[in-house]
Amino acid sequence: MCLAIPAKVIKIDGNKAEVDFGGNTREVSIVLTPQVKVGDYVLLHAGFAIQVIDEKEAKEIYEAWEEAYAALQK
Amino acid sequence: MQPYKNKKEYARYLLDKLHEEAKRPLTVMEVCGTHTVAIARSGLRELLPETIRLISGPGCPVCVTDDLDLDLAIALSRQKGVILATFGDMMRVPGTSSSLQEEKGRGADIRVVYSPTDALTIARENPHSQVVFLAIGFETTVPAVAVTIEQAIQEGLKNFSILSLHKLVPPVMRALLEDPDVRIDAFLNPGHVCTILGVEPFRFVAEEYGRPCVIAGFDAVDILEALLMIVRQQNCGQPKVEIQYRRAVRPEGNEVARAYMDKYFVPAPAVWRGIGEVPGSGLQLREEYADLEARKRFSIKVEPGKRVKGCACGEILKGLKLPYECPLFGKACTPMRPVGPCMVSSEGSCAAYYRFGRKKAGVVR
Ligand code: SF4
Repeated sequence: MCLAIPAKVIKIDGNKAEVDFGGNTREVSIVLTPQVKVGDYVLLHAGFAIQVIDEKEAKEIYEAWEEAYAALQK
Repeated sequence: MQPYKNKKEYARYLLDKLHEEAKRPLTVMEVCGTHTVAIARSGLRELLPETIRLISGPGCPVCVTDDLDLDLAIALSRQKGVILATFGDMMRVPGTSSSLQEEKGRGADIRVVYSPTDALTIARENPHSQVVFLAIGFETTVPAVAVTIEQAIQEGLKNFSILSLHKLVPPVMRALLEDPDVRIDAFLNPGHVCTILGVEPFRFVAEEYGRPCVIAGFDAVDILEALLMIVRQQNCGQPKVEIQYRRAVRPEGNEVARAYMDKYFVPAPAVWRGIGEVPGSGLQLREEYADLEARKRFSIKVEPGKRVKGCACGEILKGLKLPYECPLFGKACTPMRPVGPCMVSSEGSCAAYYRFGRKKAGVVR
């Protein structure tokens, strides 16, 4: 339940951002990460960005997440 | 892991080092449900040196929700004009005599949401109903709920409230360390809880109790690396809080998120399923915002029902038993027909063992 997924910020509009994860886009709140810029990667939890991370980190976390997610879908 | 060609090779190296260096018995509790899943799935337990024992702790917010608190949520969902919004994981958790799923089947208006802000949307769209958000979750989730409350206040939404069942991780770790029945030599700390909290709230584990505490990421290599860090701390007799999961955890955590938590919530006693009441391990809304608490808005009383019998979740959440030591495991209790919450949530210890460790549990050939 505390899983967090990395995503890339593609657009920012006030407190909201459009993010892309694995080709899906979604609108999320960036109130908890006010420093975030377009092009940054963030960790998403319950519709909120909870941390800004760098690109390489994001890829590694995404892979781990995909593995975990695939395992849970079995 | 630079010198290694790939993860597999690095994992091999870490395992070799663990076998070489872990000479003394070491019981490590993983406090996070996601770790429980990763460990069960990768079959790590089998590969570790015999000196290392991994036990699963109270790391899933769904599993630790007390059945009487669930009864309260169910009672709320039965109120006329109430829409209950909840994360999907809570739907099948058994209360003392029903579950939200069953209530929904009987006509209660219960909606599964992905984010607490979805509950706000429901409130805006249904001005004549009262929308109650079932606020469960550890520190990872609380800031999102705090922001949602702020938004409700700013918009003047009068038909939104929360049932705060939030839980805090450091106080329950302290309670486990104080429990004379429980033996824990070190902790694998929950990665995303620490994304918010940072290292400071965990220092007491090393400083007061002399136990290593490593914040770990979520794949098997992360966990192996964290275990090696723990073994090395033990061997040199210098327990501390270390971060293995540097990809997502900064020492200072997320200060903005913590400020939101503090603005709206204060610590309060909370009951953990199977563990009991732990002081300061829950959160309630600050007095100024107390009218957003559903307990207050609806003044509902539930008669204490009979707790689920025969379920060993309590002992499992304390690390005293492994799931297949519960007599109901895989027999009366399966993910399709869960008896206890540890079998409901995909991150519950029993569900993780059932899914990935059936063979070892002797349930299948
Ligand atoms: S197997 Fe079922 S009954 Fe036994 S402890 Fe786990 S959840 Fe409870």
